[in-house]
Amino acid sequence: MAQAAAVGWTRTDGRATLTLAGDWTLANARDLAPAVVGAAAMRPGDRCLIDAYQLTALDTTGALLLLRVFGDLPPTLDAADVQGMNAADLALLRLVIARHGRTVPPQPVHASVSRLLERIGGAIVDAWHQARELLGFVGIMLATLGKVLSGHRRLRLTATVFHMEQTGLDAVPIVALLTFLVGAVVAFLGATVLRDFGAEVFTVELVSYSFLREFGVLLTAILIAGRSGSAFTAQIGSMKSREELDAIQALGLDPIELLVIPRLLALLVMLPALTFLGMLAGLFGGGIVGVLSLDFTPAMFIGRLHETTELRHFWVGMTKAPIFAFLIAAVGCLEGFKVEGSAESVGRHTTASVVQSIFLVIVFDAVFAMFFMELQV
Amino acid sequence: MSPDVLIEVRGLRSVFGTQVVHDALDLDVRRGEILGVIGGSGAGKSVLLRSIVGLKDPDGGSVRFLGKDTTHLRAEDRRAIDRRIGVMFQDGALFSSLTVLENVELPLIESHHLPPDLVKDIALLKIALTGLPPDAAAKYPAQLSGGMRKRAGLARALALDPEILFLDEPTSGLDPVGAAAFDELISTLRNALNLTVFLVTHDLDSLYSICDRVAVLSDRHVVVADRVGAVENHPDPWIQACFRGPRARGARAHRPVPPTATAGAFDGNSR
Repeated sequence: MAQAAAVGWTRTDGRATLTLAGDWTLANARDLAPAVVGAAAMRPGDRCLIDAYQLTALDTTGALLLLRVFGDLPPTLDAADVQGMNAADLALLRLVIARHGRTVPPQPVHASVSRLLERIGGAIVDAWHQARELLGFVGIMLATLGKVLSGHRRLRLTATVFHMEQTGLDAVPIVALLTFLVGAVVAFLGATVLRDFGAEVFTVELVSYSFLREFGVLLTAILIAGRSGSAFTAQIGSMKSREELDAIQALGLDPIELLVIPRLLALLVMLPALTFLGMLAGLFGGGIVGVLSLDFTPAMFIGRLHETTELRHFWVGMTKAPIFAFLIAAVGCLEGFKVEGSAESVGRHTTASVVQSIFLVIVFDAVFAMFFMELQV
Repeated sequence: MSPDVLIEVRGLRSVFGTQVVHDALDLDVRRGEILGVIGGSGAGKSVLLRSIVGLKDPDGGSVRFLGKDTTHLRAEDRRAIDRRIGVMFQDGALFSSLTVLENVELPLIESHHLPPDLVKDIALLKIALTGLPPDAAAKYPAQLSGGMRKRAGLARALALDPEILFLDEPTSGLDPVGAAAFDELISTLRNALNLTVFLVTHDLDSLYSICDRVAVLSDRHVVVADRVGAVENHPDPWIQACFRGPRARGARAHRPVPPTATAGAFDGNSR
């Protein structure tokens, strides 16, 4: 059990003497700290003696506290000044004196207006750099894709099919289920509102227009950005952090051709396919709600769909799918390449990848909506 | 049990699935010594370290710390012992979201209710003791080199003034100059802080230059634990291959005077 520590000043033979007693260790530091402050306040100006005959233990914390008694001026430890301390403790004390104050404490950064402006500026510059990097990467992807399509580079068929399975086939259940549910919700919402005007029958148009033009492709793209875009970043990122990308280059291979193009092609094929599936599932969900709660027969629903919905709405939705696929693949792969070193970095870039690709998908969707509106299709 | 034995391992058995790593392993760690543990890759050196510090429950046998069995302890008793033990992991195992200073402060803040300025002072002192440059305290682990991360890991291991320090391959991945400096640091700190050091290593230079005793782990148990001069003459084939091999010649050639337990070695002339 630790012995209580004590410190006190006495005056013997006209010299100030600091008496140390007990265990000067970390365990006692909490009680000792105020006593040390008191002793420091009472420190006489002249050279003094340290009496350590009753000192039972000393560790680095105790040594540090002893230095604190003397404030900023560390005592010069001539043998005459310290009495009764064993050799090991004396050595420890010497080491602490030698090293104390060598390390500069970090300066805390205080919040201020200039710091706020600095952060805003930094964020803007960052966003600009990211946009440039993404554009550069899109350029590299297109150039490599061109070489692959023109036969100058090899198409990695096995890898492409593997990624088609991962990003496409494996995503079928979740895409179908979610679009089905949203289709049902939209139909139900439409029916509830339109019933007040006696116009329930327009529910069919509501579901078909929204799913063919917007929701089918948008929901699918957001799901795939969260599911496959993040997977791309994590896969490429962990390869980067294990230096596998450097190994690819050192072997004279091209990481874009090897890793990016198969993922890009897989998404370019599978996102439109999933979008088509999503549109069907959404219409099906809307139809189910129509039949169950609006007293439509399935034949009436399909008949009205044929009468009112033109094929162009379908094409408006489908043309967006490859664009979104390209965006998701580009952001997902680029964020993977940006990973540096640690596993923490992989996590950070995976999050960034999902946020960015969903952001870009929605922004592009809004741009397309305006574009098609002006074209009046 | 003699009073100068700090840790006593008896009949330790470690099993992973069907693979037996340790069987009937006995080892003593004496107070104040630097014990080097060496063995081939996969011989279970790190597992032994983890078993002693309580990160892995042994599958048999006992580990006694100051005469007290530590293998089946309640959580509070375990924590009390953990605070008397310092562990430095291979790559420092620093918390990546905290600066070096915060890493060293963390155990102090968690286990003792000390005034914040004292905590900071203690942590800065520990950082200085491990020989890190003055500006390292504010840096994050990712901004440090491998050698500096090891030193920062050592500073954190020393935060609570442990009685015994466990080091997992402290010199691996360091250049020869950095490795020699680290050996010297360990020896210096042992002398000044009255530490006992348990050193898992592959580095023959460390064994020859700072270890008081060497324990060789081979064939699931400790084959021999003795002064390095006695160990190198042991007939075990692995020991012969290791200590008579081409790499050992250089390490033996510059064998320094055995480290002494006297104070004053901190001024850096022990080699």
